[in-house]
Amino acid sequence: MIGHHPLPGAALSLTDVRKRFGRTDIIRGITLDLVRGERHALIGPNGAGKSTTFGLISGGLAPTSGEIRLNGHRIDGMKPQEIARRGLARSFQVTNIFPRLTVAENLRCAALWPLGVRYSPFRSVGSLGDVRDRVEEMLELIGLAHVRDRPAGLLAYADQRALEIGVTVAGQPSVILLDEPTAGMSHAETDRAIALISRVSEGRTLLIVEHDMGVVFGLADRISVLVYGMVIATGTPAQIRGDRKVRDAYLGEEAL
Amino acid sequence: MTRFLTSAGLLPWLFFLAVLAVVPMIAGSSTAVTVASAAAVNVVFALSYNMLLGRGGMLSFGHAVYFGLGGYAAIYALRAIEAGWLPLPVAALPLVGFAGGLLAGAVLGWPTCRRAGTPFAMLSLGVGELIAAIALMFSGLFGGEEGIAGDRTAGPALFGVTFGQGQEVLILLLGWIFLATLAMWAFTRTPLGQMSLAIRDNPDRVAFVGYDPQRVRHRVFTVAAGFGGLAGGMAAINYEIITPDMLGLGPSGHVLVMTFIGGIGTFYGPIIGAALITTMQSLLPDYTTGWQFYLGALFVLMVMFQPRGVSGLVETVRQAIADGEVRERLPRWIRTVLAAVCLAGGGSIAFEMILRWREAEEPLELAGIPLMADGATGWVLAATLAVAGLALLRLKARRVAGGRLAEEVAR
Repeated sequence: MIGHHPLPGAALSLTDVRKRFGRTDIIRGITLDLVRGERHALIGPNGAGKSTTFGLISGGLAPTSGEIRLNGHRIDGMKPQEIARRGLARSFQVTNIFPRLTVAENLRCAALWPLGVRYSPFRSVGSLGDVRDRVEEMLELIGLAHVRDRPAGLLAYADQRALEIGVTVAGQPSVILLDEPTAGMSHAETDRAIALISRVSEGRTLLIVEHDMGVVFGLADRISVLVYGMVIATGTPAQIRGDRKVRDAYLGEEAL
Repeated sequence: MTRFLTSAGLLPWLFFLAVLAVVPMIAGSSTAVTVASAAAVNVVFALSYNMLLGRGGMLSFGHAVYFGLGGYAAIYALRAIEAGWLPLPVAALPLVGFAGGLLAGAVLGWPTCRRAGTPFAMLSLGVGELIAAIALMFSGLFGGEEGIAGDRTAGPALFGVTFGQGQEVLILLLGWIFLATLAMWAFTRTPLGQMSLAIRDNPDRVAFVGYDPQRVRHRVFTVAAGFGGLAGGMAAINYEIITPDMLGLGPSGHVLVMTFIGGIGTFYGPIIGAALITTMQSLLPDYTTGWQFYLGALFVLMVMFQPRGVSGLVETVRQAIADGEVRERLPRWIRTVLAAVCLAGGGSIAFEMILRWREAEEPLELAGIPLMADGATGWVLAATLAVAGLALLRLKARRVAGGRLAEEVAR
């Protein structure tokens, strides 16, 4: 999209981002601005490129062309750890925690670098007060204080998903990307997950991929619809509901 | 460091200290002192290896490189002490080994640690072979096949101790075990030690919490190489000679076997493994020329049936005690042990009969009865034991299956 200028003060902005695998264009030009503090949902049919988009933003993948800016600074093509250090954190669709570490240790690993600890082989992690405090705070927040010393791999599925979110936000990132946080959950579990997401995204910018339209329309300030690697519409939930292109391409009548 | 040793954590250390203190008392003969000293070196070597395998998820086939290079650093320092221009007590040589291993690990670890998993294992093997080949080529520096020798008694006596006697050396090495173990335990409690577990579990996620997995690996590798070098420094004192063999593939595989048999899932496992294997290596040759077969068989069977090693068994028992399930699990344990003894007995008799027949050695004797490969007695005994062992295992399996079925029905 020629002539797009990133919104001044945008937390995250993508300008004409493209990704080609071999001869296949998976992402065919995404332009998107996330206003600081907004909750933005990315929806679209399977294979639209939502997870690829997350990979491009969070550094697992490098875009073929286009620009990605985090708080005004270019991050496209950077390594995941470089992007994470700049305050962008993501969760994964398939739970991606440290299975043999305890719940508290999982959160600790995620809190160390953002609290400035780095690679020290001389200090004791137990003596780092701010790390300890952050871990306690996160345990309370995600409601897993009672299983703090249990290996994460032994938790129930919904608890692992909560820990996945905890690991994502333990470093207090300014921008959070959540990839299908409620996938595979029961109704009650989904409700708890939504409450948790609302809490942890308080005062931060959130980009969420989600298939559950109830979750999307209940949580998001704005929604972008991705179809075949392109954003066909961006707007408030009401605007998206009324958008004819979106109905034709994806949502269908009854889903609304 | 005091933080690591709070109340509940203190008990294992007191126990460890007590064991270390008892060793020189019970090691009366010079053979026992030799075995215990060799085990002391191997304990530190195996613990350093487990920093890679058990706590970093790095399967290295070249850890002896750092053991050997640390050993060379220490043996050269020893010669400098002999020559009179290095004012260092001989007892401090493991520190020189540590520095040597650390430096070598920092340099050689950089290419090795660029990748994880299988590529790491192959790179470690390649670097190991490369350094071993170089060590043989530069015979001026590494002493060729004879290696470089030193004299530990040449230094100035410290508190009247000259290390002329094996007993004195053993006590020194035991002291170094304690210090090195304490330091390696402390390392597990540091941010780097914590992230080492994280890259073992899930290297991909580590990058998304801000750490560079490659750098975590490299730093852990460097520290492990340092402690490997410290063990090499202990070897320099103990053997007073370091040869190119010591940094080759043989010792690299040996440390893997010791560590694995001891158990890589616990911190203390490698201590048990190193002590056990070193003792077996020293005692078994007195009984059979086929002793290497038994070590190999033990390793293979451990990998197949008890991948958590000896310390895994210890932890199972400890867990059962904590859960109050000892009484109900004891019959099964006894059956398993009996089955293992029967199968091992049957297998050993068969193996020994064939070996002694092929090599024309003294026949195996059991309670005065010779068991010959061309006679029936031995084979009947071996077969009976094997059948009894298998029957015990089947009984166990049936009971377990039956128990599970009952549980499911109840549900």
